[in-house]
Amino acid sequence: MPQIEQLAATYSSQVFWLLLIFGLVFFVIGKGMVPKVMDTVAMRDKQISDDLAAAEAARAQAEAEEDAWRTRENANRAEAQALIAQAKSEAAAASDKKLKAAQKRLDKKLADAEVRIAEARASAAAEIEDVASEAAAQIVQRLAGIEVAPAAARMAVKEAM
Amino acid sequence: MATEAKVDPMHQFTIQPMFGTDQLELLGYNIAITNSTVWMAISAIALWVFVAGGMKRQLVPGRWQMAVESFTGLIDDMLEANIGKNGRKYVPYIFSLFMFILFGNILGLLPLGVIGLHPFTFTSHFTVTGILAIISFGIVLIVGFAKHKLHFFSLFVPHGTPVPMIPIIFVVEMISFMVRPFSLGLRLFVAMMAGHVLLEVLSSFVIGSSNAGMQYFAIAGVPSFILMVGICALEILVAGIQAYVFALLTSVYLNDAENLH
Repeated sequence: MPQIEQLAATYSSQVFWLLLIFGLVFFVIGKGMVPKVMDTVAMRDKQISDDLAAAEAARAQAEAEEDAWRTRENANRAEAQALIAQAKSEAAAASDKKLKAAQKRLDKKLADAEVRIAEARASAAAEIEDVASEAAAQIVQRLAGIEVAPAAARMAVKEAM
Repeated sequence: MATEAKVDPMHQFTIQPMFGTDQLELLGYNIAITNSTVWMAISAIALWVFVAGGMKRQLVPGRWQMAVESFTGLIDDMLEANIGKNGRKYVPYIFSLFMFILFGNILGLLPLGVIGLHPFTFTSHFTVTGILAIISFGIVLIVGFAKHKLHFFSLFVPHGTPVPMIPIIFVVEMISFMVRPFSLGLRLFVAMMAGHVLLEVLSSFVIGSSNAGMQYFAIAGVPSFILMVGICALEILVAGIQAYVFALLTSVYLNDAENLH
């Protein structure tokens, strides 16, 4: 077994070179390069988690904006409805007023007409009385040859009518 | 030819000085650059290339970057599961340990003999695995005593131990604690060596039986060869598992040092 047979002759060389080479490996690779590799990994992990957090934040913001938009939209819709309702009621009120005015005008015209009719009827009646008394006076004159005074004829006509 | 086909399954573990450096010394100690040194260096360079390929730092990672990041993520998750948030500061050490052992294990399995090179698995030497285990154990001791001072010894007295039992339990727990670096180092060394010896022995059956004649090759060589294919796959699995076990146990021990029980 060379490991034992050569021990006395080679141990110093083995120990020296192992310590030297393993020391170099430790300081150059272990201390010098491995931390950088691990930094890269840590940086990548951090970047990934940061990106995820940013995406999450963006999603939350989008949701908040959608909510805001929805409330604004609802408010706008309610306002529009109110506007329509107001316009409707205003229009109804205006037409109501117009109808009332027209009605009033018609009523007044009707009353005037009735007055006029009554007047006409009265004057007509008076004229008939006049004509009838004149006619009665003339009829009496022709038939009986009696001259009747217009006032008496009128009195007689009034009594007869 | 047939008589020279004797295969020594242990020869693959022989350490040989390379580039004529067998007399290289430091403070009187031999520090020859050996095949073991070269394979450690190759593992380290391969690991550097692998990790450097994953340093493009792209937001959307490519395949290579993804592979490197999955390894760092594996170590990170393991430490977080075993130790908690405090465990993240050990990622550089555990990552270096795991990847260095993993690359050593797998590079040692490469069939480079086909092109005339001799792969050498440095993790099949208990000198190497022992040092790594001692480093891990040393960190556990330093962290434990620095964080909990002498209170660290309460690790050896589990909760709810009856008072008369405390001295005995303390000794037993102490022994099991002190055995940790040995079990840690030996586990990896034995697993790697056993697999390589098995492959070598089976390959010697294939070669020996083919030299002995067609009927022997059909009886012993072909089944051995088929078995070798399966065991090669198993060894790749073992290479990964043993590196993982080493790192996992180190993090479990570090948990004791960080959080006591």
